[in-house]
Amino acid sequence: MKPAPFDYIAPATIEEACAQLAEAGGGATILAGGQTLMPLLALRMSQPFILVDINRIAALRGVTRSEGYTRIGPVTRQNEAIADSTLAKSLPLLVTATRHVGHHQTRNRGTIGGSIALGEPAAELPATAVALGASVEARSVRGSRRIAAADLYLGPYMTALAQDELVVSIQFPDWPSGTVNVFREVAMRPGDFALVGLTGAVAVKDGHIERAGLAWFGMGPTPIKARQAEQALVGQPVAGLDFDKLAGLAVADTDPFDDHHATAAYRRTVGRRVFARALSEALQVHQ
Amino acid sequence: MSVHGIQVTINGRRHDASVEGRLLLSDFLRMHCGYTGVHVGCEHGVCGACTVVVDGAAVRACLMLAVQADGAAVTTVEGLAGADGGLHPVQQALRDEFGLQCGFCTPGIVMTLAALTSGTGPPGADSLLAALSGHVCRCTGYQGIRRAAQKLGGGTQGEPA
Repeated sequence: MKPAPFDYIAPATIEEACAQLAEAGGGATILAGGQTLMPLLALRMSQPFILVDINRIAALRGVTRSEGYTRIGPVTRQNEAIADSTLAKSLPLLVTATRHVGHHQTRNRGTIGGSIALGEPAAELPATAVALGASVEARSVRGSRRIAAADLYLGPYMTALAQDELVVSIQFPDWPSGTVNVFREVAMRPGDFALVGLTGAVAVKDGHIERAGLAWFGMGPTPIKARQAEQALVGQPVAGLDFDKLAGLAVADTDPFDDHHATAAYRRTVGRRVFARALSEALQVHQ
Repeated sequence: MSVHGIQVTINGRRHDASVEGRLLLSDFLRMHCGYTGVHVGCEHGVCGACTVVVDGAAVRACLMLAVQADGAAVTTVEGLAGADGGLHPVQQALRDEFGLQCGFCTPGIVMTLAALTSGTGPPGADSLLAALSGHVCRCTGYQGIRRAAQKLGGGTQGEPA
């Protein structure tokens, strides 16, 4: 249970890190909070030649506000995000979701960007990024590009990020006032991976649904947007929504699997209940 | 395979060492520095036995590299008792409430509760109880540990919900 040998480097700047990733030619792995990578190294499921530790890059930490969006540095610790006064106002859904990530002790090290860049299908933060329409800025020596969270996840632990790219920020767009958040997770114990999870937001204006962004986690190989339910919601009056029908549409977009925790059928059944209940409770204030 | 010079303050004492990049903080504390109160259970972040306090925050020592602790202040369970050997309030509470049996998981639990009760304000029993989810205990059934946490958090000492 010891990691295989590797060269460890801890660059001080983003430029240095990108240069080292480019030089490694795919043989390097990025170490952020390490709360998933370190077990993978210990179990030797991951055996990089070079470990690039980005924890000493000050520019990758912190939360800033700009017109229309909130920017989060990827190495911001999960517990820092939970305690952040800016996020409490601008992104309460992200704070709620982050409270469900791992345990207090792992959140002291684990980072927002690490979770989002990793793409664990049952994780809370990638799904929340997809639901809210967030995007990541990926930097390499080749330049910089922005990837929408909805285009980021290709499969379990597989993302559209190239091997020489480093996530340098995550941007969450503002949602209109009158937005209510939806978050519900079913797990065996607090801190366990979700069996079924739903996260997102619904914007209400003059008693009608103006916009909906809802995504599942633990319900397929990637975070999954509940597109059919979103489309069915937009434009509808809040009063008189058929939550059971919407839940059916939402579950129709999922692709759950059988594993030793639960069957796909169980996840679908629970998913319907979770969706109907979470959405109706969130919208209660508007009814 | 890289080797790195590091300087870590452990329980108030400075340690200078030369470590391989892959050396875990838990192994560094136990094998290089002799702090065998850092118990290594699962060694991949699940059990919580190796929890130590790094720069004020409770973390799993098996999920950090020793080289990452360069420049940090680390507290292990050996650093808690008073100079006269008197128990730390967390240790006393666990003792009073029978919050341990074999003791293997205990140092990790002690460090989590010590970190959360080290601030100026009351930590709140809820946050202490929630943080216990990060520890596995195979003996006690947790009730004694929960009572100790409730006591430390200023909650009631009645039966937990």
